[in-house]
Amino acid sequence: MTDPKLSLRDLRITFGPRTVVDLDHLELGSGEILGLAGESGSGKSITALAVLGLASTLGARVEGSVRLDDEELVGAPESRLREIRGSRIAMIFQSPVSSLDPLLRIGELFERTLRLHGDGKHEAAERAAAALREVLLSPDLLERYPHELSGGQAQRIAIAMALALRSEVLLADEPTSALDVTVQAEILDLLRRVREERGMSVLFISHDLAVVAELCDRVAVMQLGRIVEEGPTARVLGEPEDDYTKRLVASVPKIGVRA
Amino acid sequence: MSALTAVEAPLLEVEDLVVEFGPVRAVDGVSFRLPAGPYGFALVGESGSGKTSVARALMRLVSATSGAIRLDGSEVVGSSRALRAYRRDVQIVFQDPTTSLDPRTKIGSTIAEPLRAHRIVRRAEVGDRIASLLAEVGLDPEMAERYPHQLSGGQRQRVAIARALSVEPRVLVLDEPTSALDVTVQARILELIAKLRRERGLAYVLISHNLAVVEQLCEETAVLYLGRIVEHGPTEEILASPAHPYTLALRSAVPEIDLAARRSRIVLPGTVPDPADPPPGCPFHPRCPYANERSRTEVPELRMVAGRTVACHRAEEIVAGEV
Amino acid sequence: MSRVPSYPDIESREEVLAPPGRLRSVPGVIRRNPLLAVGAAMCIAIFLVAVLAPLIATYPEDAGSATHPLQTLEPPSALHYFGTDQVGRDVFSRVVFGARISPLIAVLVLAISVLIGVPLGIAAGYFGGAVDEVISRVTDVFLAFPALLLALAFAAVMEPSITNTVIAISITWWPWYTRIVRGQAASVTGRPFVESAKATGVPHRTILLRHILPNSITPIIVQVSLDVGGVILTASALSFLGLGAQDPTPDWGLMVSQGQAYFTTQWWLVTFPGAAIFLTAVAFNLLGDGLRDVLDPRRVLTTR
Repeated sequence: MTDPKLSLRDLRITFGPRTVVDLDHLELGSGEILGLAGESGSGKSITALAVLGLASTLGARVEGSVRLDDEELVGAPESRLREIRGSRIAMIFQSPVSSLDPLLRIGELFERTLRLHGDGKHEAAERAAAALREVLLSPDLLERYPHELSGGQAQRIAIAMALALRSEVLLADEPTSALDVTVQAEILDLLRRVREERGMSVLFISHDLAVVAELCDRVAVMQLGRIVEEGPTARVLGEPEDDYTKRLVASVPKIGVRA
Repeated sequence: MSALTAVEAPLLEVEDLVVEFGPVRAVDGVSFRLPAGPYGFALVGESGSGKTSVARALMRLVSATSGAIRLDGSEVVGSSRALRAYRRDVQIVFQDPTTSLDPRTKIGSTIAEPLRAHRIVRRAEVGDRIASLLAEVGLDPEMAERYPHQLSGGQRQRVAIARALSVEPRVLVLDEPTSALDVTVQARILELIAKLRRERGLAYVLISHNLAVVEQLCEETAVLYLGRIVEHGPTEEILASPAHPYTLALRSAVPEIDLAARRSRIVLPGTVPDPADPPPGCPFHPRCPYANERSRTEVPELRMVAGRTVACHRAEEIVAGEV
Repeated sequence: MSRVPSYPDIESREEVLAPPGRLRSVPGVIRRNPLLAVGAAMCIAIFLVAVLAPLIATYPEDAGSATHPLQTLEPPSALHYFGTDQVGRDVFSRVVFGARISPLIAVLVLAISVLIGVPLGIAAGYFGGAVDEVISRVTDVFLAFPALLLALAFAAVMEPSITNTVIAISITWWPWYTRIVRGQAASVTGRPFVESAKATGVPHRTILLRHILPNSITPIIVQVSLDVGGVILTASALSFLGLGAQDPTPDWGLMVSQGQAYFTTQWWLVTFPGAAIFLTAVAFNLLGDGLRDVLDPRRVLTTR
């Protein structure tokens, strides 16, 4: 790939003697939605955390290279990583409500975060309102507390935060796994729009191959820390070559097919 | 009312069930019948639909504000002996196996707990029963000595199922049995339920928000929205040609790995309304692409259209594909 | 193991990241929890001193009613490590024998408090409603008073003795356990596995004993260890004020009380019993802190 947005090479993540991730290479193109698929324990979440330099807080050791455009992130000073987190690479999680500070109103949360990244008070307020409109939420929600939001609304807020911060890359860790099926459809639709309208690059982590099939341009399948197959979604999920991928694809319940 | 005629008294009958929590009407007049097994009845709904409250009312964990729940034709009222018998005949498998098992109790004891509570087998036989139940759900009998945190999510859910089956219940309530599991594990659990249905002639109420899950296991489906049934009938009919706009949206929202089956997805605007403050007229109208003047003022009643019952003013048009 | 073959065998590969849970090797535990190790070591030392008192004390009879009018108020020396008191008794021997008294009072007080407080708390948390109201109000009344004052009030109307000290302090101590356990029990009662048990028809008695109690007990274990020091201090305070043990019992608090008049000149009368109280309280505090860290449910029950 020429000029990938995010490039992982020879990435090894270990917890003491145990190696949980051993990647040769993985690239996320600019404006691309790349799926990282695998079961629980395959190492996909910790890989995303390692991109942000957060894996070490869990006690992991990270070796190898993670490049954002031309900048090396592994081993970068914490101050530099803090600047990057949010403003260039944002992350959203499975449970959005619990990743929002319960004591802050949404508006306050936006204000604080945006100001941390350099905005003035007025500018922050405007950006927050604009971001909410972009994710089709009423700016009224700025007055609410996280627990007053539904799961879908909270996830939209999380995405709005990435938009307000003008992030270039979005790491999405199972963002729809805890959501009802129609709400999931909304969020997937939103992610597609965000990519089209903003050119945001998305790394979409999921155990649900059907969701990956719906959303992602390319997919990398992970098993026990390694990538076993990678390629355009239609090809990998339609005509899998690796045995593990074949088994994964076969085990997804399909509508219209009786067991 | 179910489109399927019941020849004799149904195994489980729910009639006009209403469950209120203060001013909030979580369940607003739900009725259905479950005949003797093997039979699967699906209650499809998302957050705010009242499905959890229906499940809890069925398990007698909350009391119904009005309406009746009958097992074998008779209602369970008050008496603790009748309640205990009911609790043996109707068992539940909860959504999240991480919290539905006591973390400090070994698997074997957890499974045996209902057995002991109802004094079904002699003490000496409990061990054998546990082993055979574990084998039946596809687990190694030596797992009886382990604790829940030593098992994976799918394994824990199998344990929850084994526990529910230990007392040979006549009705099994499965509340989102696979939603908390990885998709790949989901398939195995659904398969397990299918097997148990075949081998034990199980009758069950399966609660889920995912139509793909429901299709595999249930002959009959009722779709819940804001505490009411909006569509109810044979699963095959409903999935093949939904008559209610919400069912259409649910069907459309199921992600599919088969790229050839790609079609445009319906994305519903807004969110589920607060049950404490339901919209006037049809509860779905604020989000409905087919809402008209009548939807805003008149609450649609369940009526028979194309082989199932549906609560929508424009059901005929929808089924015929005219909108 | 029977398996239905239509879907491929994916699940057997699922990684279970959790450690097996319970405390494993003792050396491992010690290495990772120095506080616990130190506290435990000190507590064991105190226990040994108490048990072996007759062997350790140089003048065992001085712990009783012996008096030696010719050897009063002698400073610490090779003969009397901690000096002698105002009636000539060897302070060292009395301090050593005192190790039997204070911890004994603590054990009795805490045992009574747990036996009263825990069942009440569990009942309040599990049943809620009227049961909870009644128990909580009673508990609140007791908790409104500072423990020491309440203990003093009770002790003052009773004859001063060790037994009455135990009773007086127990009366003020049990409500704390009720309060702690109630919150825990209420939280556990709301969890799905308890609902599951109820929905299955398991009788209350069984649920309380097998589910609520084991899942609520951890904070109590920690609290008990932390409280030992507190009870000892309270008992010492009572003795100090003359409301507890009486002469010639070698209670540390009493010794401090009796020695305070001589404090500026014969410092050893107060210092050594005082240090004993202090060290014992510290020992149990460290033990309690260490236990709390070790028993942290997030360590024991880590799941994915």
